[in-house]
Amino acid sequence: MSSLIIILFDGFAFGMLLFVLSVGLSVTLGLMNFINLAHGAFGMLGGYVAVTVMRQLGFPFLLALPTAFLAAAIVSVIFERLLFRRLYGATELNQVLFTIGVVFVASAVATYFFGTVQQVLILPEWLRGSVELFGMRFGVYRIFLIVISLIVTGVLVFGLERTRLGAQIRAAVDNQRAAKGLGLDVEKIFGITFALGSGLAGLGGALAVEIVGLDPSFGFHFLVYVLIVVSVGGLGSITGSFVGAALLGIGDVAGKYFWPEIGSFLIYMLMVAILFVRPLGLFGKR
Amino acid sequence: MLTRRVTLALGVALAMSTSALAQETVKIGVILPYSGPFADAANQLQAGIDLYIAKHGDTVAGKKIELIKKDTGGPNADTAQRAAQELVVRDGADIIAGFALTPEALGAAPVAEEAQKLMVVMNAATSNVTEQSEYIVRTGVTIPQVNYALGKWAFEEGGVKQAYTLVSDYGPGHDAEKSFSAGFTEAGGKMLGSDRTPVANPDFSAFVQRVKDANPEAVYIFVPGGAQPAAIGKALADRGLNPPATKIFAQGELTHPEALESMGENARGIITTFHYTLERDDPLNKEFVDGYTAANNGRQPDLFSIGGYDGMHLIYEALKKTNGDASGDALLEAAKGMSWDSPRGPMSIDPETRDVVQTVYIREVQEVDGKLQNVVIHEIPNVKDPLH
Amino acid sequence: MTDTTFTQATARGWLRSQSRWSPFEIIFWLALLLPFFLFPTYLPLASQIAIAALFALSVDLILGYAGIITLGHAMFFGLGAYCAALLGKAGWGEPISGLLLSGLFAGIIGFIASFIIVRVQHLALLMITLGLGLLTQELANALTWLTGGTDGLRIPRTWPIFNYFRFDLWGYTGYGYTLAVLFICFLLSRRIVNSSFGLALRGVRENIKRMPAIGSAYQSHQQKIYAISAAMAGMAGALLAQTTSTVTLEVLSFNRSADVVVMLILGGTGRLYGAIVGAIIFLIARDQLAGVNPQYWYFWIGLLLMVVVLFMPKGILGFVSRLAGRRD
Repeated sequence: MSSLIIILFDGFAFGMLLFVLSVGLSVTLGLMNFINLAHGAFGMLGGYVAVTVMRQLGFPFLLALPTAFLAAAIVSVIFERLLFRRLYGATELNQVLFTIGVVFVASAVATYFFGTVQQVLILPEWLRGSVELFGMRFGVYRIFLIVISLIVTGVLVFGLERTRLGAQIRAAVDNQRAAKGLGLDVEKIFGITFALGSGLAGLGGALAVEIVGLDPSFGFHFLVYVLIVVSVGGLGSITGSFVGAALLGIGDVAGKYFWPEIGSFLIYMLMVAILFVRPLGLFGKR
Repeated sequence: MLTRRVTLALGVALAMSTSALAQETVKIGVILPYSGPFADAANQLQAGIDLYIAKHGDTVAGKKIELIKKDTGGPNADTAQRAAQELVVRDGADIIAGFALTPEALGAAPVAEEAQKLMVVMNAATSNVTEQSEYIVRTGVTIPQVNYALGKWAFEEGGVKQAYTLVSDYGPGHDAEKSFSAGFTEAGGKMLGSDRTPVANPDFSAFVQRVKDANPEAVYIFVPGGAQPAAIGKALADRGLNPPATKIFAQGELTHPEALESMGENARGIITTFHYTLERDDPLNKEFVDGYTAANNGRQPDLFSIGGYDGMHLIYEALKKTNGDASGDALLEAAKGMSWDSPRGPMSIDPETRDVVQTVYIREVQEVDGKLQNVVIHEIPNVKDPLH
Repeated sequence: MTDTTFTQATARGWLRSQSRWSPFEIIFWLALLLPFFLFPTYLPLASQIAIAALFALSVDLILGYAGIITLGHAMFFGLGAYCAALLGKAGWGEPISGLLLSGLFAGIIGFIASFIIVRVQHLALLMITLGLGLLTQELANALTWLTGGTDGLRIPRTWPIFNYFRFDLWGYTGYGYTLAVLFICFLLSRRIVNSSFGLALRGVRENIKRMPAIGSAYQSHQQKIYAISAAMAGMAGALLAQTTSTVTLEVLSFNRSADVVVMLILGGTGRLYGAIVGAIIFLIARDQLAGVNPQYWYFWIGLLLMVVVLFMPKGILGFVSRLAGRRD
């Protein structure tokens, strides 16, 4: 019993990491139909920024996280304004080709500046080790991951439901044409959403270093996981990404625990099965 | 379609023109995964090669050494084969070297065999690599070599009676699991269980929990280098599976410098087996490490670096012996049975199997001058690959 | 689509006019023979390009003509490669029968998979093909005793073709063989896309909702072309295994699936030659850039992809045909 709880907890924490990394892509894909395979590259950027400001400038971890968010958001806006916006009308295939090109370039640039070595991020003392509750040991960092992602979810849901920008985003996702007709500046809304989504990827990248490490292939490596979460959850849905990520995290960890022989198959089988039954994902609308 | 005779004539003509050019130089083709997920291994290995050339000059036995680098992008046997083919027919390479990964070596082996070129495997650590061609010599390490020895040692000296293994689910991991278990059970130990983790595994918690459920005295780990050592080390510690309560055995990658830094206190007491120890107190090693870190922005050498460095040593010494004759057969004769003092310790090439024979070090993570590092606690000299 | 207004006779005439050979095409194929004479030391590269082109051609059949996007086609490439490799290992090294058997095997699996494939579209389709591809790779890894796992498998050298052309170190036989197979498969594909079946497929690509309305059994069309494409991809994989005498898990990898799509889009989709041109440009660029700088070549490849999308949105061939089209 106690190991079951631990497994659920660990899986959930891992899922939450995936959630922070991928929720931005889900929203931008749903909003603008823009297939941004470079999303993981913004996660990588966040990771490198966090590591660099902590090492070179001595930032504490809790300050490095928002820095990573900001850096990824700012860089993504520059990319969006200069390059990506030209592709909104392009075919899906061209979007795929272009953003894969961006991942290639990002990976080469990261190699040039940081080398191929694994980056190390030294956590503050209070985030290390584990705490004992009811006779079970919980990793402190994993508790931290869950807390952060719940905060992110809260802010996102509140922002989408209760703010003016949120209402505009919802309107644009639901029916872009009507939103435009009502005088909404959809492109600007998208720019802001894109920045937020990439910023979250940056935050996710910074959070991921401790769990999965960081090297120039991060952008490729996480692409598959991010796409799985987005497609299973359903485009444009925060709830969908949250549930999808949690499901995949728990499914992956629990599957490996109970059936380690097929551990590596599970995440893919789960995805294929879900998408076959619900091609729009669990919470997708279109 | 050209007939075979024309092909042959053309081939001979081209080969002659390249060999005429090659008189004053010896061309070494280096096949490595310079790009892709294993780029770090290639970089470290290349840095080892470069350091050796920087130290000993680029001329040996009157010949100038020229390197031609070929990228494989990862464990691609077909790309490695094409690279080897091109090195031989287009670039007129005399020696092919490199090979961080086993599939690369397997792909290139038939080319070395057919072209009769010396092939120096500087890392690829699967036991059967040297059996692929008579022209292969290995200067790195084999997985059974270090892990079989560790398995024996764990029972006899480490005081462990039963253990659990947790390895990556791919060739090297299977080899490691097999050879550790063999050494351990032959000495009298008992295996409680074994699990295999997917190669691209982002999260170890499920497997670590399984280990915890089995409650072994010791757990043996094998994961590829890079991010996984630190991740699994931390996952074990989160469950309270760390020394002294539970002993952790592993191959040396688990406690490479970046992983040690990332694991922090959790690494204390981990016992690893390896053929190269960065911190080993030895003048030759100190000179090597100092030269390496100075040339590479403070980055420290690892198993790939030492494999590349000693691989170049073998090539240089063999060329000296043959007076600059770079034909495969001459170099091979010179390489067989060669022995020397490397920064890793004394090593030699077994004349029968053309495989590396070396000292295996059992190390423990201990605190030295306030810093955690690998400390050699036991040495086993002249270890051969047990599977040959 | 204006073909509905054609009478049957003019429709046939239109199809025939589409399949007529232009002088450019003849020159193009003759040019592919040049490496034998001009660059004999590049033959191993040339045969890998021919293999990649065949693989890209197979993807063009489904992506360019039937609108089935995929990120998992390496699955069939790999199945073909392993089939040929295991035949070779079992002692049957005859290349042509091995090639056909491997294609058949991949085609059968492709047909089975097509039952799932034709029921989904868009992102779900992309992700299901990706998932099936990754599952196959994991399966091959799990069957290490059979496939050799990550270490790969070495196979005895393939027997001489027609018992005469030995696979040589220089790659003369290798390139001749792969080029011949590419050409035959190209002829086949050309016939398929210029038949009424090919037209029906294009209808599916243009508007999948309308096809049932005009009485077209589009799902069975899609299944058929998917199986054909899988068989062709399998033959490409078999060629790789036969000419290199090795096979590793990499033949099934996501990278290979992604690379082939990149090559195809680069060259231009839905025009068959796009697959070949894309493979040539992508692999030559990669070879040359990696030769200059083995560590950072992919920076330039990335730039190339970005530039092509920005300035040649229909791929390189689309760009060329637009330039040429201004004249007539």
